[in-house]
Amino acid sequence: MTLIDLANPTRFLALTARVLPWLAAATAILLTIGLYQSAYAPDDYQQGATVKIMFIHVPNAWLSMFVWGVMSLASLGTLVWRHPLADVAAKAAAPIGAAFTFLALLTGSLWGRPMWGTYWEWDARLTSVLILFLMYLGLMALWRAVDDPSRAARAAAVLTLVGAINLPIIKFSVDWWNTLHQPASVMRMGGSSLDKSFLIPLLVMAIAFTLLFVTLHLAAMRNEILRRRVRSLQMMQASRVAFSSDVGASKEIGAA
Amino acid sequence: MTMSLGPYASFIVTSYAAAALVVVILIGWIVLDYRSQIQRLRDLDRSGITRRSGRSGSDQR
Repeated sequence: MTLIDLANPTRFLALTARVLPWLAAATAILLTIGLYQSAYAPDDYQQGATVKIMFIHVPNAWLSMFVWGVMSLASLGTLVWRHPLADVAAKAAAPIGAAFTFLALLTGSLWGRPMWGTYWEWDARLTSVLILFLMYLGLMALWRAVDDPSRAARAAAVLTLVGAINLPIIKFSVDWWNTLHQPASVMRMGGSSLDKSFLIPLLVMAIAFTLLFVTLHLAAMRNEILRRRVRSLQMMQASRVAFSSDVGASKEIGAA
Repeated sequence: MTMSLGPYASFIVTSYAAAALVVVILIGWIVLDYRSQIQRLRDLDRSGITRRSGRSGSDQR
């Protein structure tokens, strides 16, 4: 099956029906393994047991940017290739991305209080992620504000691509500015600075959360396709009602 | 093998509980939304409004 085949929403729905149970099962298994490994990971010599927050905070922080990256690709699909499912993918991803970003901010704040002595600091990393969260909310509001999905799609695609500028700012904020947030310790030149006892559970949790996103995204895309079918059928129903009332009115005029 | 969360246990437990709650809400919202769309499609189908691809050959004539 090629990408062009998937442009047909009916084929896409058939594919999601086959794939979703397997994806959900793989997500549940990996999350269970990841949570077990996180629970029994050793304490950090400086942070103690609070290092366990990392296993939930970092995957959510990664996904907050990854989801916007997926939405940016989908936006290119809308504006350049006009792929029929591109705006469906972008719209379906936004609430999921917002949820991951919210969790990244919340768990980061809960990790910051015992480690930095504060829940919040207006430093570059925290502020740029907060802006990302607000952009997710703005996109969701834009989708709801415009009735016609094809008109909303173009505006949302432009906004998403403009917002993608924030992704490198978030990633490199800890290098470009003097921040309270620690610099990159996993994806950095010279390899990870994390010990294997922390790195392995972190990677398992990151893969589990990525699978969770893929599962939820496919399910949300399926819902969006169905919602658009409902909308087009309702419009068809409304036009039939309008047509029959017009015919009835003209018959009455003729009879008179 | 026992797990000790130390003096900051409340911060750790709150983080995991919040993540679990948000994920459950996301899953619940998507499942309920799916059921709602399927129900609306069934209602439309019952009232005779169907997609062209969903009609039988005689209907389309």
